[in-house]
Amino acid sequence: MSGVSSRARQWTRPPVLIKSDRLRWSIYAGALIYLVLAISSVDINPARIYEGLERGWRFVQGFLVPDFTSRWSDIQQGFIESLSMTLTATVAGVLISVPIGIGAARNISPTAVYLVCRTIIALSRSLQEIIVAILFVAMFGFGPFAGFLTLSFATIGFLAKLLAEDIEDIDESQTEAIRATGASWTQLINYAVQPQVMPRLIGLSLYRLDINFRESAVIGIVGAGGIGATLNTAIDRYEYDSAGAILILIILIVMAAEYSSGYVRKWVQ
Amino acid sequence: MLSVRNLTKTYRTGDEALKGVSFDVEPGQLVGLIGPSGAGKSTLIRCVNRLVEPTGGSIFLGNEELTRLSGSRLRAARRRIGMIFQEYALVERLSVMENVLSGRLGYVSFWRSFTRRFPQADVDKAFSLLERVGLTDHADKRADALSGGQRQRVGIARALEQDPELLLIDEPTASLDPKTSRQIMRLIQDICAERNLPAIINIHDVLLAQAFTRRIIGLQAGEVVFDGPPEELDDAALTRIYGEEDWTTMRTAKPGDEESGEHDEEERMAGLA
Repeated sequence: MSGVSSRARQWTRPPVLIKSDRLRWSIYAGALIYLVLAISSVDINPARIYEGLERGWRFVQGFLVPDFTSRWSDIQQGFIESLSMTLTATVAGVLISVPIGIGAARNISPTAVYLVCRTIIALSRSLQEIIVAILFVAMFGFGPFAGFLTLSFATIGFLAKLLAEDIEDIDESQTEAIRATGASWTQLINYAVQPQVMPRLIGLSLYRLDINFRESAVIGIVGAGGIGATLNTAIDRYEYDSAGAILILIILIVMAAEYSSGYVRKWVQ
Repeated sequence: MLSVRNLTKTYRTGDEALKGVSFDVEPGQLVGLIGPSGAGKSTLIRCVNRLVEPTGGSIFLGNEELTRLSGSRLRAARRRIGMIFQEYALVERLSVMENVLSGRLGYVSFWRSFTRRFPQADVDKAFSLLERVGLTDHADKRADALSGGQRQRVGIARALEQDPELLLIDEPTASLDPKTSRQIMRLIQDICAERNLPAIINIHDVLLAQAFTRRIIGLQAGEVVFDGPPEELDDAALTRIYGEEDWTTMRTAKPGDEESGEHDEEERMAGLA
């Protein structure tokens, strides 16, 4: 202890990301200037904000007295269409995603298959649902069939990617042990991979079911059928009370899906 | 029985894991493979069933050259070689019975294994093996519900379900307490004796290796530096394998707890039978 000098030593926290002071401050200044210019270009108009708030208040009033009855048959039809579109699209999407997900897992698939499957996933993920819906509506006309195709296509990108990542993270020693018994590739998938990824696959499928329902309401607006179309019509007709009823039902269904999928996910662990 | 000739393995990173390893294993012979971490023990046994592709040399099991096989003939050869793993490597979400039956995967078609309709003879064998390792009551439990020692017994049953002609055993006791370790080693020793089954056991614990095997191979940096009966493994040999160390303390520290361990274990094994 005697050898330690008693003079206080200076310490300041070293810069974390950018070492050079000048570069750091010029980046901050540049970002600030851009932000100011960008805000000034947005054209904030107090009069329009005021009008918008007034319209918003009419929405709120409509939601406070939701009208379930006068358009009930349209609403019912819309929900039936949306729910059947959601369910069929999720099932079809999952069935297609599983082989693609297996193919896109680097640790169990040959490189050529891996690249093809990754390309399909990238394609599906790069196109947002609305854009896909617009394309399918243009190709196959208005209605739930276009919605079904859109949601199935979107499910592939989501589920196959996450499944592939889960397969890449499995415990390799279990795979090794099954391989050591002389098992074939299909048996390896069935005995070593499937038990390890099944709980997550079920959880993701349920999660996707719930996303697909929400998406079905959105893509309806561009003509792909379902409750979104009904909602769009109600707003176009200034029937905010019917629109309020539809929104409340959507919220309730999403919440029910959320709670039940959470429960199922815990149960399959 | 098993014959390894001038086996080499160079990983893509350039690491030379094995530099010309040769040895033979006779039927019924238990071989302890010792050496420091990174000496190539794990690579060596994985080259035998081709979980790792050897770079050069050859391996014969009986008359079959394992190093030349591929596809379905390789899978058929793997059925003849049972493997037991360090962290048990059971499929944790499958039941004990499914894990044991997975030893038959090389023999049955995909549909039979997918629907879990294994031939009656396979199921009978699995039950008798579970009985042999003392786990009859646990057949339908999930593998992750068992303790370490029990899991390793399932691992042994799975390997034997293959009707193997050779056992490859990778650090069977590394995750187990000293007493369970000795029980597992005793079980392996007994089973190999019953079936005249040869085995190669990778093992870190030198005293355990000396107690339970009749031949020890010492590996150092990918080369065999010792090959002989456990009695010949003296301080000079240990230094050749592991490097300089005061080996007398390792030997003198043990006898006391070994004796008490032995005693408990005999009671336990009596209870199991």
